[in-house]
Amino acid sequence: MNETNDPHIIEFSDVTKRFGILTVLDNFNFSVAKGEKVTLIGPSGSGKSTVLRILMTLEPFQEGKLTLAGTSYHEPGGKGPFQASETHLRQIRNHVGMVFQSFNLFPHMTVLRNVVEAPVRVLGMARAEAEARAIKLLQMVGLADKRDHYPVQLSGGQQQRVAIARAMAMRPRVLLFDEPTSALDPQLVGEVLSVIRDLAHEHDLTMLLVTHEMRFAREVSDRVCFFDKGRICEQGAPDEIFGQPKNERTREFLASVLG
Amino acid sequence: MMYGYEWDTTTWLTYTISILPIILIGLTVTLKAAAAGFAIALVLGLVFALLRRSRVKVISWTTAFVVEFLRDTPLLVQLFFLYYVLPNFGIVLPAFLTGALALGLQYAAYTSEVYRGGIEAVGRGQWEAATALNLTRMQTYRDVIIPQAIPRIVPAMGNYLVAMIKETPVLSVITVLEMMGLANMIGERTFEYLVPLTLVGLIFLLLTLICSAGLHRLQKALPKAGIPLR
Repeated sequence: MNETNDPHIIEFSDVTKRFGILTVLDNFNFSVAKGEKVTLIGPSGSGKSTVLRILMTLEPFQEGKLTLAGTSYHEPGGKGPFQASETHLRQIRNHVGMVFQSFNLFPHMTVLRNVVEAPVRVLGMARAEAEARAIKLLQMVGLADKRDHYPVQLSGGQQQRVAIARAMAMRPRVLLFDEPTSALDPQLVGEVLSVIRDLAHEHDLTMLLVTHEMRFAREVSDRVCFFDKGRICEQGAPDEIFGQPKNERTREFLASVLG
Repeated sequence: MMYGYEWDTTTWLTYTISILPIILIGLTVTLKAAAAGFAIALVLGLVFALLRRSRVKVISWTTAFVVEFLRDTPLLVQLFFLYYVLPNFGIVLPAFLTGALALGLQYAAYTSEVYRGGIEAVGRGQWEAATALNLTRMQTYRDVIIPQAIPRIVPAMGNYLVAMIKETPVLSVITVLEMMGLANMIGERTFEYLVPLTLVGLIFLLLTLICSAGLHRLQKALPKAGIPLR
């Protein structure tokens, strides 16, 4: 991947994304600096998850340009919905990881194997080395003692922590969190947030977080973006957005979620 | 293989005992044909299912057509075609191989639908997680999707295995000397059909009962979440 001096690792320029006749992102512009921790907030259906899914190449977009560390998602003359070859998409995916709302652990594999599988298969790492690294990551999320358990034997919070370790095992430069605590019982949210908080201290890791945990967003983010109807209505430092929101829609939204 | 044998038809018991060795030879042919046919169906069915899910339209449509064709034409026609028509084009296959192949092809069309259902039942989240981890499509099928599909497809596969075993007598029309064909020949020689046909019927019943019981145990033994293939 071409390293440029551009401090922005992610750059959306005039990206338009449609599902059939529904326009989810409309001439969307957004950039993220290397190492930046950005939280996306807003009502459901406002396009924040779509931004993450496009970055992870789970969804194609129709118009505009998106680059990751200087590499465009679309290839010149690229075919198919993604306008790029599978090889090209895999190069992009090499740098991006994702944590899902519903964890999506592999239920037929032990915790350890969930974390080891991709580094061995995709990065070609030796199994012993991958396991040693996986155990370190599981220690980081506080679950090294569960290495031989199956996902179904874990609580939701524990599963999500394993999912974070699994994503980190691929050494992503950009890590995406798509509502990582929304599917959890309230008493399990804290343990997952504390793991994400630890990751937020990693200087080089760029993080994009879609969440409804406003207090947490305020605490860990460098920047908060408020989404409405496929656009960013307002963005800025957490204290600005939560302290003195300028936009009427932002105020309404924050009033409704903060109660 | 029948000539030179004399059968004692004085009582049903002596008759049964005297034809049993020949029927058992037929049984081994039946079992071999069913095993070979089912092995072909299991492998080829998966190939059909994956090709049908290909993103290349020409491949998925062609596969869909082939599968429909195999499903919607009688096994007997396929059997005659392979055995009597292919030689016109210079392809001569031994009777047993033809029989196993015909069974395998037709049941591959059925099992491909079972695979397809099992694969589609694995949630989209699993595909997305595999994509996020940068697994290739092949790796995703092999390491993530198919292992989870296996417990879901075992019951339906078992039904097809039983159905296939029961369909092996059709092979006698292309001169494969399996159990039923032999029983029929014995009847023609002795004009006593009751004993050989009853015997064959009972052996089939026993076979399918054993199969069902085995499948039931297999189903219970398989972890519900799936089994890693490697």
